[in-house]
Amino acid sequence: MSDGAGAERQVPRPQTRRSVLSAMRGRRVLPFMGIITVFVLVAVLAPWIVPFDPADQDLLARLKPPGSNVRGTLYLLGTDELGRDVFSRVIFGARISLFVAFLSVCVSTVVGTWLGLVAGFYRGAAEIVIMRSVDVVLSIPALLLAIITVAVLGPGLQNLILVLGFTRWPRYARVAYGQTLSVANMPFVRASQYVGARNGRILLRHILPNIAGPIIVVATLEFGLMILFEAGLSFLGLGVQPPTPSWGSIMSVGRNYLGTAWWIATIPGLCLFLLVLSVNLVGDDLRDRFDPRSRKR
Amino acid sequence: MRNFLIKRLLQGGFAIWGVITIVFGILFLAGDPTLLLVPEGATQEDIDLLRHQFGFDRPFIVQYWDYLLGVLRFDLGQSFVQNIPVVQIIGPRVPFTLYLAGASLLVAVGVGLPVGVITAVARDTVTERILMPIVLVGQSMPTFWSGILLILLFAVTLRILPSSGAESLSSIIMPAISLGALSMATFARITRTSVIDEMSKDYVRSARAKGIAVRAVILRHVLRNASLPVITVAALELANLLAGAVIVETVFAWPGLGLLAVQSIEARDFFVVQAIVLLGSIIYVVLNLAADILYSAVDPRIKLHAGTA
Repeated sequence: MSDGAGAERQVPRPQTRRSVLSAMRGRRVLPFMGIITVFVLVAVLAPWIVPFDPADQDLLARLKPPGSNVRGTLYLLGTDELGRDVFSRVIFGARISLFVAFLSVCVSTVVGTWLGLVAGFYRGAAEIVIMRSVDVVLSIPALLLAIITVAVLGPGLQNLILVLGFTRWPRYARVAYGQTLSVANMPFVRASQYVGARNGRILLRHILPNIAGPIIVVATLEFGLMILFEAGLSFLGLGVQPPTPSWGSIMSVGRNYLGTAWWIATIPGLCLFLLVLSVNLVGDDLRDRFDPRSRKR
Repeated sequence: MRNFLIKRLLQGGFAIWGVITIVFGILFLAGDPTLLLVPEGATQEDIDLLRHQFGFDRPFIVQYWDYLLGVLRFDLGQSFVQNIPVVQIIGPRVPFTLYLAGASLLVAVGVGLPVGVITAVARDTVTERILMPIVLVGQSMPTFWSGILLILLFAVTLRILPSSGAESLSSIIMPAISLGALSMATFARITRTSVIDEMSKDYVRSARAKGIAVRAVILRHVLRNASLPVITVAALELANLLAGAVIVETVFAWPGLGLLAVQSIEARDFFVVQAIVLLGSIIYVVLNLAADILYSAVDPRIKLHAGTA
């Protein structure tokens, strides 16, 4: 115990876990938590619950409407232009959407939080360089930055996650920086410094747990945005590439068949909308709980 | 005020320089673009010659300096594909994107503002319970899905609006609604918050105590004060609309900068993409700056915080 028991005693108990759990118990967002849970379960269990391989083509069953029965095979949500089962593709699309959004949020949370912590704790040159970089990156509309980076790196799952992760870090950095500035001056942090605790330990053990709440709120709201970005880039042909199904790319193809097969574009769109709406509502609720000033507005 | 303006302008200038550097850096990281230009089967000599012609064989810093000077002279390079200056390709597309962004802003303000005021005034009523979900839906609706639904309803089923292009006057309606829906939610929420804040102030209570009707207090006093944040949000939202136009223009084949960017990526015409991203970012910075200055101009209290902002 290098930083002393006295300092430890003064450390306020991080409220993060309790607040998140109580937010989840909030009655208003409960149905939307349910929707998110269903999507997550569907995404995780996709290979076991889909009736068909999402890439399997049946050219004799092209553009069949939902509920069609072709040679004894039921296509619950119809088929696409190559006779692939839309239901199976939408389920695998959920997997891609959530996977990309989760990993890109992880990348941007880690990068942004760490840089924000460093800028707020060490101040000086680190603060100037990091926070001015935040200003500059935030000056480029995120979608445009993602578009030019994907255009240059080439589309694909891995590039998409990296691009989304590295274009969104400034939002976390700004929040982490502001929070670190206020927490770093608190008596328990100073006490830890006086008793010789290493900076790394102070950052990870004392400051990080106390700024985690607002970071989780940003991450939740960003999660919804990342789902939209992934779908948007895939819709533009810059994200996940065929034949891997993604909601955005399925909609992009379905757009060409609106007159004859409305279900191809509208069903993944509905899933996307429901998931983003649920994530936004849960994120808003979390923000209200962590920041009572924004409540009831 | 002067110091505040100078500080903000310097910050804006720094941001624009940073944006130019990032945009140039990303393209430089992509490697030698010469290989994209030469036809298949070209000899190493042809490749070297072309590389020299475009100046891609020069050191990074020389190319970067040239690019910076070029941007200052509105010279954004030469299109690989069409072999004409990028400015000539972008120029004709700008009015379409501005038209779309303007029309979307009109939709967003026209719907968002009244909805914001109504939900603020009619708190905890049935009206609020009906309108707030609409705002939430607008906020979470991906533009490409709302666009597809609009096409399905008005172009495919009812056949009263064109599904794509910009040939007729009515072509703008669906893209503007689709793009404006997102900002509509922002306007509604900002207006609502702002009106609720104002309604709790002393002058409203005094006016009500003097016997002035609620409607008159809202129309004559509250709205005027509540409009300050809304004006500044309008500048920021316009910037977002310009960026968001990329997807909506693709859905509706609207011949603006967004569609051009997507087409240029497909054609691997990187200088055009680079120029569009740069233009979009500079407009974004300038509008952010305008919002800041506008806010300080209309609300004198902001100047006091100029030093710490």
